[in-house]
Amino acid sequence: MELVAPKSSGSKTAAFDEMHAPDGSVRAAYAALAAWLKATPQDVLDYRRSEAEFIFRRIGITFAVYGEAEAQERLIPFDIIPRILTNEEWKRLGRGLEQRVNAINAFLRDVYSKREILRAGVVPEELVYRNDAFRPEMNHQKVPHDVYVAIAGIDLVRTNPDEFYVLEDNTRVPSGVSYMLENREIMMRLFPELFETHPVEPVESYVDDLLATLISIAPASAPREPNVAIMTPGIYNSAYYEHSFLADKLGVELVEGRDLFVKGNVVYMRTTEGPRRVDVLYRRVDDDFIDPLAFRPDSALGVPGLMSAYQTGNITLANAVGTGVADDKAVYSYVPELIRFYLGEEPLLKNVPTWRCREADHLKYVLDNLHDLVVKEVHGSGGYGMLIGPSADKATIEAFRAKLKHNPSNFIAQPTLALSTCPTLVNEGVAPRHVDLRPFVLTGRDRVRIVPGGLTRVALKQGSLVVNSSQGGGIKDTWVLDR
Amino acid sequence: MLSRTADNLYWLARYMERADSIARIIDAAQRLVTMPQATGETTNEWESAIATAGCVAAFKTKYEIADARTVTEFLAFSHENSASIRNCVEIARTNARAVRTALTGEMWDAINSAWYEVRGFDPNKTHGEELSRFLSVVKEASLRFDGAAFRTMLRNDAYWFSRLGILIERADATARILDVKYHVLLPEQAQVGGPLDYFQWVSILRSVSARASYHWVYRDSVKPWLVADLLILNRQMPRSLASCYENLSRYLDDLAQFYGRQGNSQRLARGMLTKLENSSMEEIFQSGLHEFITRFISENHRLGGAITEQYLT
Repeated sequence: MELVAPKSSGSKTAAFDEMHAPDGSVRAAYAALAAWLKATPQDVLDYRRSEAEFIFRRIGITFAVYGEAEAQERLIPFDIIPRILTNEEWKRLGRGLEQRVNAINAFLRDVYSKREILRAGVVPEELVYRNDAFRPEMNHQKVPHDVYVAIAGIDLVRTNPDEFYVLEDNTRVPSGVSYMLENREIMMRLFPELFETHPVEPVESYVDDLLATLISIAPASAPREPNVAIMTPGIYNSAYYEHSFLADKLGVELVEGRDLFVKGNVVYMRTTEGPRRVDVLYRRVDDDFIDPLAFRPDSALGVPGLMSAYQTGNITLANAVGTGVADDKAVYSYVPELIRFYLGEEPLLKNVPTWRCREADHLKYVLDNLHDLVVKEVHGSGGYGMLIGPSADKATIEAFRAKLKHNPSNFIAQPTLALSTCPTLVNEGVAPRHVDLRPFVLTGRDRVRIVPGGLTRVALKQGSLVVNSSQGGGIKDTWVLDR
Repeated sequence: MLSRTADNLYWLARYMERADSIARIIDAAQRLVTMPQATGETTNEWESAIATAGCVAAFKTKYEIADARTVTEFLAFSHENSASIRNCVEIARTNARAVRTALTGEMWDAINSAWYEVRGFDPNKTHGEELSRFLSVVKEASLRFDGAAFRTMLRNDAYWFSRLGILIERADATARILDVKYHVLLPEQAQVGGPLDYFQWVSILRSVSARASYHWVYRDSVKPWLVADLLILNRQMPRSLASCYENLSRYLDDLAQFYGRQGNSQRLARGMLTKLENSSMEEIFQSGLHEFITRFISENHRLGGAITEQYLT
């Protein structure tokens, strides 16, 4: 995610501790885990942690950090203490996630066809038309079964027992789901005893759900058993491990651009038995790079003619082209409006209050309160290019102020939230660390599927709120109890 | 299966096999140069090592003299030599990463660990005993890779493509050893052969790990024509040309059956196998050992091309 800073470190509003109530007692969901932690000596925990790390390295679950040639393959730190959510909590979240993704899909269908929401003045036109992720090629383009975002990753943070805020909707090529699955595998291998005392909802059905989702959105003209493939930019991509992991679990081919070719507006892959038609492509390649004839001509990762085959309706791309227009941070601030407009419902999940610097009165407020706010670039991601007011020094704030004044519409600002904490194994023992949560929402022709769980990211440094793996964050297994 | 996946499997197996062959070539050369030199003999074992590895031209652009230091550096570690052991292992691993899903965990583990181990050797410090240690690490890595494939892979196209890669490479390696050393294996050599020739024959056996096998098969002292027979026609010997083609033909037939279609590579392999089956060493010596080997190398190369054309592109 990107982070949100707490009110300020050591302030009166302490972060919500997911394991302990304010009086120091252990919350019911964590009772068995707390007892186990108490009974297990630190050196045993340390040993298990090194074992987990060994398994990660051995399997080769690594990620790349761009701009670090040396650290080409790095391990993401894995915390062995799970995060626990109750069934009640999960049910509420699940309903909210489904509602949100439904509204986003309705929005995308609308902005690429009738544009009712723009005509009604709910969302300003320039946020759509002047958005780099808006693809005019998709205007009035029929998308198979109207599913634009088949795979979404929604970033959430928690601030108290009853409140989850959505920080970000990832509707292009969200990653991290392989960690959700591998974290569980490793936990079951290392701590079978914990699964005897905790009724944990399984997450492994994600791969079946993903395959069912992809098959359900095949073009109407596809055979009964459509040929599904996953497209990767290649082994140097930071999420390559995940791409190969998913292809393996789904039992589908992992293709690169050079494995595909287009003939007569039909997409084929080159196989040892000759060309084979592809019906559904779960592409983990950004719009810009999928087809050098339609988008960036310098892309060596794409397939010439893919866009034209897509427009002819001969292949489903998941996610659809042009979904990025729904996940920038300015549009984000309108998602509650989208829910009301398209679904006629009140949003179940909260948005973080957001000041859009493109609006004069918002900008003024932001400039007056920079030291209390988190300011982000509208199109930024990965925690880069942002200002965390409460922890920034004067010079940083002033430098940012100049940037902000220069191009206000490139920024939004949010208040600092006190992210919840979970017990985490650190060098000094078990201590609270701030976390976020990214559940994965699958939308098929028939229904929305969400496995109970997600990827919990944890800021390993004391007091830190930055959970991004590119900035030293770690990950945890996320347990939803089935009662 | 994707053609690129098959191509990656085929080549990563070839590169693992090549790393192993080159380790054996260095090992054999190193032993031979420690033998007492026969008077008047001018053969340079390090030069023939380079010739056997098939990279004379590339070597010459970089070094003047072929000696222990330059040849080991070039064959084992050089980044400029695309077929150096280190490059072979590196390419194998890159290919393996690209086809992780087509490998078993054990195979990946074998390649990945080999890569970490090979990278751990400092080229400037790898001489003498350390070099021997390096060479055993490489030979063990290919054993582990091969063993992992044999024990853990499904017997389907992925397995067959990786076997084809190993066998084409192995046939080529054995043929190159013969190509460089054929003159010491000619029957007339037996009369003129001095102690140095004896060491040469033994060295050839060593470079294909057949020192002990020879005695089990022939129950005789080392004779040059028998060494040639072992490496060319003896089907018990896994590195012989005949054994390579017996298996190439078999795996290509498995593939053809699996895909329900025959092609040029099946025909070529079967043709070669028949030719080898109908040959005797007498005939080969009569019509010229050198010509026979040269022809074999080019036909083996042709089969590699046919496999690529039929399946890998």
